[in-house]
Amino acid sequence: MKEKFTLLNSTAVPLPIENIDTDQIIPARFLKATTREGFGDNLFRDWRYEGEQTPKADFVLNDARFCGRILLAGKNFGCGSSREHAAWAIYDYGFRVVVSSFFADIFKNNALNNGLLPVVVSEAFLQAALRAVTENPATILTVDLEKQVIQFGLQQEQFEINTYKKTCLLNGYDDIDYLLSLKEKIRKFDTAHASR
Amino acid sequence: MVKTAPGYPDVLFIDRHYIHEVTSPQAFDGLRQRGIPVFNTQRTTATADHNVPTKDQHLPIKEALSRHQVETLRKNCKEFGIELYDLGHPFQGIVHIIGPELGFTLPGMTMVCGDSHTSTHGAFGSIAFGVGTSEVEQVLATQCVLQSRPKTMKIEINGPLGKGVVSKDIILYIISKISASGATGYFVEYAGDTIRALSMEARMTICNMSIEMGARGGLIAPDEKTFEYIRGRRFAPAGAAFDAAVESWKQLVSDEGAAYDEVLTFDARDITPMITYGTNPGMGMGISDRIPTLEELKEISEQTSFKKSLDYMGLSPGQSLLGKPIDYVFIGSCTNARIEDLRLVASIVKGKRKAENVEVWVIPGSKQVEAQARQEGLDQIFEAAGFELRGPGCSACLGMNEDKVPAGKYCVSTSNRNFEGRQGPRSRTFLASPLTAASAAITGKVTDVREILG
Repeated sequence: MKEKFTLLNSTAVPLPIENIDTDQIIPARFLKATTREGFGDNLFRDWRYEGEQTPKADFVLNDARFCGRILLAGKNFGCGSSREHAAWAIYDYGFRVVVSSFFADIFKNNALNNGLLPVVVSEAFLQAALRAVTENPATILTVDLEKQVIQFGLQQEQFEINTYKKTCLLNGYDDIDYLLSLKEKIRKFDTAHASR
Repeated sequence: MVKTAPGYPDVLFIDRHYIHEVTSPQAFDGLRQRGIPVFNTQRTTATADHNVPTKDQHLPIKEALSRHQVETLRKNCKEFGIELYDLGHPFQGIVHIIGPELGFTLPGMTMVCGDSHTSTHGAFGSIAFGVGTSEVEQVLATQCVLQSRPKTMKIEINGPLGKGVVSKDIILYIISKISASGATGYFVEYAGDTIRALSMEARMTICNMSIEMGARGGLIAPDEKTFEYIRGRRFAPAGAAFDAAVESWKQLVSDEGAAYDEVLTFDARDITPMITYGTNPGMGMGISDRIPTLEELKEISEQTSFKKSLDYMGLSPGQSLLGKPIDYVFIGSCTNARIEDLRLVASIVKGKRKAENVEVWVIPGSKQVEAQARQEGLDQIFEAAGFELRGPGCSACLGMNEDKVPAGKYCVSTSNRNFEGRQGPRSRTFLASPLTAASAAITGKVTDVREILG
């Protein structure tokens, strides 16, 4: 069982950069752990720190004005490597939603498998949200998974999500539970295709 | 397909599963927590590649965390009964190089690995794509993953290739045209007479980089070249079974006039040797072109990211890269570390010596590639040129082991990603073909290989 996700009201952190790849989210040299925990410390490591431990003042995660459980990012978020550590790092840091106008496929899937909700919005909505949050960091965004609506101030937009994945998130289900329930059927398939 | 049901993603059976040390430990932990075995141990192949040193591979790994990760893979494979081609084993190597080389990768198969470059195997007409660790666990536990049907894209390339142009240039050219996200949500089929004329290894280079334009996977219909490549491979069907398999593989071609969601056509004559100048693989150009100016960008919204990228690279809009001094050359990765790649490099450097300002690493894709290179005397050509031929692994492609490009230094690399810090913190990467990388190694600067070829 994963943590359930239904509705979130939160401030947001703006990161208006396009094509943020998973090497930026979590650089390869931090993939050596054999558990899922603790990756949040190295989230956006090389954008966040100068050298080993000096925080870069101009990076948004080091800017005390911005905090919250929603990350707003430019299009094609999560491109590159399939490392699920990227989703773990974002979740471990404390985010529960990433909003962008476009996600890379593997990242989107990894996020959904870890209770992190990727919300795809129009470029116009994204830019408006980025502006609103940058101008007023206290801006609250509401993400309602049941209704598939994201909203701030007077602006709101519907978002798409696969029905099955939505059910999983709302109830905290795992894909693996579903697959294990099909084991006998899979066994027959395996035997019938043994030569492949 | 084991099951399709409305409202549910499809349950896709996976014929071959490849695993490595970095994206599998948490998956094995998941099995342990549930107290369940691996569903079918015969369908998973393991190797250590991402995190292994490329020097002194016979000694224990020096770096404690890397050593622990490789030891964890060893322990997991033993406990769950999976065949492991460990460090030092004659079959060890980069997972996407050893699969085809050993005859595990066959046409029509479904294949996954916890690595985005799994698309490499699509060169055999198989459905191969990268997955995350949760899905690695699903495959270990049930031999299946859940998938929704992707959109289809056909990329057709016709015409002869120009001088100094190889498959890496074709794929860098395509990505530069459609951008790093141009194929997101699609499965790509590469077709056309240019693709047909390529060797299997060259086709693997093309399919390998499908993910760099966002595609879930890329494939090429199998043909006689595919069958000949597979014939006699260690784990491929042999004798009558091979002949029967070939007959069924011949059916794996798209129907004449098949409908695709998107069709793109390119003329191979337009392709010149390519190089990237930015921090995603879509930021590429012909080697004698100039970096675009801000005004030349398609959308104004791209300007911020574009400027950030060029700042990182220490380059300016409108600049030419020809003659730019470089510091490192990396020949390796699942994109370009097969024997034909090493032969291409040798063809340029034979009888020459590397420039003084450049350090050159040649990292073969596998133990078998390394052995073949030595057998052909390529090691001596490299040694005479001042290149270092090391042991196999992913190495400086992702900077996970100690092979890192230092901060601020430029590396011409045959790998697949030029992301910020990909080859080491603050490193700067120019992606290029083995021919272009070899040329840069000799001159010490970004060079048009066509000038060397004369």
